[in-house]
Amino acid sequence: MAEELMLKVEDVYKRYRLGTIGGGTLTADLQSWWAKVRHKEDPNSKIGAKTYGKNEVFYALNGISFEVRKGEALGIIGGNGAGKSTTLKLISQVTAPTEGKIYLNGRITSMLEVGTGFHPELTGRENIYLNGAILGMTKAEIDKKIEEIIDFSECRQFIDTPVKRYSSGMYVKLAFSVAAHLDSEIMIMDEVLAVGDMAFQKKCIDKMKSIANDEGRTILYVSHNMNTIRQLCDRCVVLDKGKVIFEGDVEKAIEVYMNFESSTFPTNYDCNNVLRDDLNFGKKAFIQSVNFLDKNSAIYDSGEKIKIEVVWKSIVNIDNVGVRMAVKQRTSGNIGMAQSKETLIGKEGDVNRSIFELDLSNLCDGEYYIKLFLYESDMSGNVFDLDGAMHTIFVKIKTIKKTRAVWKQNYWGNVYLNEIKILQ
Amino acid sequence: MEQTWKKVIEPKNKLLDLKLGELLEYKDLIWMFVKRSFKSQYKQTILGPAWFVINPLITSVLFTVVFGGIAKISTDGVPQFLFYMAGNTAWSYFATCLTNTSNTFVANAGVFGKVYFPRLVMPISTVIFSVLSFLIQLALLVGFMIYFMAIGENVQPNMYILLLPVFVLHMAAMGLGFGIIISSLTTKYRDLTILVGFGVQLWMYITPVVYPVSTLSDKLKALIMLNPMAPVVNNFKYAMLGCGKMEWGYWGLSAIVTAVVLFVGIVIFNKVEKTFMDTV
Repeated sequence: MAEELMLKVEDVYKRYRLGTIGGGTLTADLQSWWAKVRHKEDPNSKIGAKTYGKNEVFYALNGISFEVRKGEALGIIGGNGAGKSTTLKLISQVTAPTEGKIYLNGRITSMLEVGTGFHPELTGRENIYLNGAILGMTKAEIDKKIEEIIDFSECRQFIDTPVKRYSSGMYVKLAFSVAAHLDSEIMIMDEVLAVGDMAFQKKCIDKMKSIANDEGRTILYVSHNMNTIRQLCDRCVVLDKGKVIFEGDVEKAIEVYMNFESSTFPTNYDCNNVLRDDLNFGKKAFIQSVNFLDKNSAIYDSGEKIKIEVVWKSIVNIDNVGVRMAVKQRTSGNIGMAQSKETLIGKEGDVNRSIFELDLSNLCDGEYYIKLFLYESDMSGNVFDLDGAMHTIFVKIKTIKKTRAVWKQNYWGNVYLNEIKILQ
Repeated sequence: MEQTWKKVIEPKNKLLDLKLGELLEYKDLIWMFVKRSFKSQYKQTILGPAWFVINPLITSVLFTVVFGGIAKISTDGVPQFLFYMAGNTAWSYFATCLTNTSNTFVANAGVFGKVYFPRLVMPISTVIFSVLSFLIQLALLVGFMIYFMAIGENVQPNMYILLLPVFVLHMAAMGLGFGIIISSLTTKYRDLTILVGFGVQLWMYITPVVYPVSTLSDKLKALIMLNPMAPVVNNFKYAMLGCGKMEWGYWGLSAIVTAVVLFVGIVIFNKVEKTFMDTV
């Protein structure tokens, strides 16, 4: 494809300084400065707060580069704080990059927010003109398109009513209609389609598609909604911590992004310096760490056995040590509990590595957490907890190969019960 | 493939790149903002645009009572009411320009944070909008002038009245200049917003609004005339009412000061607008 480049982002950094943006008032800044001159403590720093040095900075964007060609719809995806919005802000000139350059080949319309500059007292028609002008259209251009815009917005009946009387849906429709009819060569949109009813959303997506495909304009789209990304974009950039970690095919990008989510499902939990719930915990046996084995992240296919390693120190000689794992759904709570049948033995002073296998094949897809305990049982069956539960250990179950029918979690809960036998 | 680019975004603007050409592309937006201010200002008020008239009337009456009636300050033989109204008309235009442009960044952070247009559009539209209330007050003033002339009072408008547009331009430039400097600083220091309201009031008293220059000693006059607003208000009153005399020298000085302030203002403003979203 030899279409010309419309946008080129070249090695762009955006730096924010941590903590020291200033007191906000002149007197506070002067006080701080005076204290520094006399080598005294800054009266405006919070007591005990970590004082950030002059050089402690945070890079919201850490050297990103990408290119967009004419007629392309580029999706930008990434977790919160990956730098998506910052990127869009820089491209739309709301704020300037710290280093690097951005080359543009045409006018830009940015919709970082729906209805920027709408004035509640003005009528729909007046706001179309105002909003259009803010987004960079001239009056003559809007004159030409006004009828089209009103039709698209489905608000003709109310077009001469102040927008403060509009329902929020109408407001959004009107705002989107203005932006969608701009003549600019590059359009930037941040999650704005997540509004309006389903029918209007579809209309928006179709409109955007036709803008890119038929009119040959360029679209940059940021969203957390992978479906709209799939529908709209030809290519994707995946950002993480201010860096481009993937650029290319949409499906692959989504896969990369989904796996990146796994950073919230760590496999190692260090328990050495964690406060225990109970003063008696850790006196006879002390859990040093809990780890998921053979995994990069605690995301399991349904039916996959979960291997958990517990490193624990037996402080005195103990036998009859069992393990108990209470499993809870991340949002809705208790599911059930699993215990070991066999028991472990610990010698005084030893560090033991025990590996357990947990079978959660009865659970439907979702995010769960585990509360893990080591306990000791005596001859008569009394149970004493030794240590545990200092971390909530997260696990995610995600069906990769579909073997079961769609599971209606809201109605049926989280557990696949055993199959029903038909006796007669 | 060799490619030419229409626009390059760089970390910093060149210091003297004032981007005035770009401003012209957005002239429609300037008008749109002026219209918006006009339409929204007095929506849902009972008296509506009548407030444009009521404000200066009450102020002039008050000045007449306090400074004319109680303090008995001379007005160079001109009817007190007219003298104060003229002074107030000129001064309030400048004061409105200054105060309304001085919070450009803070007040519009919402819009500025979401979409780019030359930021100068905002203060410029504010200044243009304020001309409207100035014109209404001016019409009121002319009305009273005609009335006072008809009843034979000492009011002598003269040829210099043709300089009116120059006066307006001068005050607008000065208000804009000071206003955008302050607004650039308020992105970091909010104290200045408080200072503005207070400062403008004080500034009025070192400007010959409620007193004529002729009541001042030579030394004091020289000092007061260094205030760039003083010769403008003085000359405006002379043109309209024929009181005092034209102060060409001081006016020229004031024009130079204004040009410098406006230039410095635009330079600072352009520098701040690039990154103010990070500090505001």
